[in-house]
Amino acid sequence: MSDTQQKASENVVVSKVGVAAGYVDDRLASANFTKRLLDKVFPDHWSFMLGEIALYSFIILLLSGTYLTLWFNPSMTEVIYNGSYLPLKGVKMSEAYSSALNISFDVRGGMLMRQIHHWAALFFVAAVTVHLLRVFFTGAFRKPRELNWLIGTGLLTLAILEGFAGYSLPDDLLSGTGLRIAQGIMQAIPVVGTYVAMFVFGGEFPGTDFIPRLYSVHILLIPGILLGLITVHLIMVFYQKHTQFAGPGRTESNVVGYRLYPVYMAKAGGFFFIVFGVTSLIAGLVTINPIWLYGPYTPSQITAGSQPDWYIGWLDGAVRLTPNIEWNILSHTISWNLLIPALIIPGIMFTLLGVYPWIEAWITGDKREHHILDRPRNAPTRTALGVMALSFYLILWIAGGNDIMATAFNLSINTVIWTLRIALFAVPPLAFVLTKRICLGLQRRDKEKLLHGYETGRVLRLPHGEFIEIHEPVSFEERAVLLSKVDVPVMEITSGEDEHGVRNPKGRKAKIQAKLSGWFYTDNVSAPSEQELAEADEHFAHQLGAHERTAIDSH
Amino acid sequence: MAISRRHPAALLAVLVVALGTTGAAYAAVAAGTAPKVSAPSATQVTAGKQLFLEGCSSCHGLAAQGSTDAPSLIGVGAAAVDFNVATGRMPMAGPGIQAPVKKVVYTPAEIAALAAYIASLGPGPQIPTVEDVSTADADLALGGELFRTNCAQCHSFSGRGGALSEGRWAPSLMKSSAKHIYEAMLSGPQSMPVFSDNTMRPTDKRDIIRYIEELQKQEDPGGYGLGRLGTVTEGLFIWVIGLGALLGVAVWIGAKSR
Repeated sequence: MSDTQQKASENVVVSKVGVAAGYVDDRLASANFTKRLLDKVFPDHWSFMLGEIALYSFIILLLSGTYLTLWFNPSMTEVIYNGSYLPLKGVKMSEAYSSALNISFDVRGGMLMRQIHHWAALFFVAAVTVHLLRVFFTGAFRKPRELNWLIGTGLLTLAILEGFAGYSLPDDLLSGTGLRIAQGIMQAIPVVGTYVAMFVFGGEFPGTDFIPRLYSVHILLIPGILLGLITVHLIMVFYQKHTQFAGPGRTESNVVGYRLYPVYMAKAGGFFFIVFGVTSLIAGLVTINPIWLYGPYTPSQITAGSQPDWYIGWLDGAVRLTPNIEWNILSHTISWNLLIPALIIPGIMFTLLGVYPWIEAWITGDKREHHILDRPRNAPTRTALGVMALSFYLILWIAGGNDIMATAFNLSINTVIWTLRIALFAVPPLAFVLTKRICLGLQRRDKEKLLHGYETGRVLRLPHGEFIEIHEPVSFEERAVLLSKVDVPVMEITSGEDEHGVRNPKGRKAKIQAKLSGWFYTDNVSAPSEQELAEADEHFAHQLGAHERTAIDSH
Repeated sequence: MAISRRHPAALLAVLVVALGTTGAAYAAVAAGTAPKVSAPSATQVTAGKQLFLEGCSSCHGLAAQGSTDAPSLIGVGAAAVDFNVATGRMPMAGPGIQAPVKKVVYTPAEIAALAAYIASLGPGPQIPTVEDVSTADADLALGGELFRTNCAQCHSFSGRGGALSEGRWAPSLMKSSAKHIYEAMLSGPQSMPVFSDNTMRPTDKRDIIRYIEELQKQEDPGGYGLGRLGTVTEGLFIWVIGLGALLGVAVWIGAKSR
């Protein structure tokens, strides 16, 4: 083929694409927008892909879930099972359970789809959680992204609810047991509890109304809200631009990275298929929720090892750890044993999670915008608070599997419960102190590295017998990262009175704020001053020269 | 006066004859049924008593009357002896909250002798015969329902066992034989309740055993079963293996851009 021919054919291709683009642009006037979109720059870091895992799992959930709706029948009508799974043949069950069994054993690809759907659900909430931890520990929730953090908290809550709804739908023994507990929690709400439970279940438990209602919520209402919120969440990331880690050339007013097209599209598109692939692989090889073993739900049955999916585990654990406290006042029962673990604790935890950006901003008095992420060590109190909350969550989570742990490790379940009860109060404060100390230690090491360089591991013996280890200045990139730490001034405690002795009405609040600000920042290791850095540079130049001279002289 | 045609002693004679015949007949019938319960031979009982005195009496007492350390064995029946000794639970290696399954100490003949001795102390459940535990005609689906109603709350839906209070546990049934399961239901060892033939018919017991056998041999239709322990191992799997794999890929994609 000659050069001219090739050129001509290229032109034809380009013009075809151009025609299509022109057609769209003539009608939507979208060229400008699309170009801006495709040129959008994203910073690169593996931890920025955690949210992507969540997004892709959600897409997988939508696709596999649609397949399941084609065969699942959310009806409580009693039928006699006559499918291929022999151990249940002839057993009375709801249509919901029987159709879930049919999906597993009689629908082509049904078992795989069910398992993809369930594994993807576990992936989804796990990825949301890890993504949340990344955002928290790097301070990405700070101004101007507080609202997006709040949306994220909402997404997490909805994801958990949606997962629980899905777990409850097949009407197997585990589903029903979970719903029985959910109904108990509703009943534990003081005064209105019984009414709430009656309205939700349409009468006594289990009734025939709840599963169809839950189905609408699971396949329409919550996914709809999730989809809407995810869209807003992503638009806000686009609009506010993605945060980035400190590095050479990265400032609060730029974004260093790659354009969406082609690099990010390839990366993100590829990653979607990897997530889908891994989910399918797991779903094809590993059983999840073997509903056929649990059997149909009957209120008279219960199985040992009844556990919820992992994301409800911490709530189950809280219930398992709470002592059996119940008050009976004027023939009205107050079930603290459910009220505390299932309503008060999660209520407090989710509220604190949602409003944390505002709490921190108030404590630190920091009104600046932040686009450069914190290294967790540089905000030791926040990091310590995060680890403290995490340890609290983890202990509750472990408690959710107390019986499995007791049998697996030959322990007494009572010992497990008491150990965890004590740990629930002892470990979080300990985690706070330890984390803060570790962070401050790392800060000191960072400063040390800037001022004295890093230890090369090369030990030199000087002519007079002295051994020295050669320190080298850190690399250009690392220096930029280390220098990104900025000192935040601690608010000064002002006296509550002005010079005339008049009490400031806001004085007390300001005092508390200043104290908290001190608690947040006083321990921080101050960043090296310009002068210290200049001295360090000079020292390096001098020291290196000296070493070289010594080395040459000794030959 | 009418001549008395009967001798005054006639009534007495009839009574004696009637009672005698009934008694003899009963004795004959009773003697006829007795051997069917495989009456232990006297030598077996003697041998069993000797074994008992050597290996069991230190806890259960010289007359099997029990002590502060161990329960009385009078009336527990041969089934209880066979279950506990033939699964290695008895004799216990040391005092503990529950006797675990371990290496069997006695030979089958010795176990039979021990069972015969204990059975001779008082009536109790017998060792089931092969026909008693045959699941050839058992109803699998009904067995599943009975299992989930009566057994799953301790032994779990998959028969893998579960935790009880204060360090006790319901053992896994995955290696239990039909005979031992039947004996356990009859005798209610340790924390397990007794499911006598009055509360659960022998056919129900066989149905349950049929279902447990199904659980023992069933391969997981959905792929690797994660120990059939429920959602805890599933959660562990998704966090360690699943998310581990995806994070690995994320780090790899992120690192490529350097």
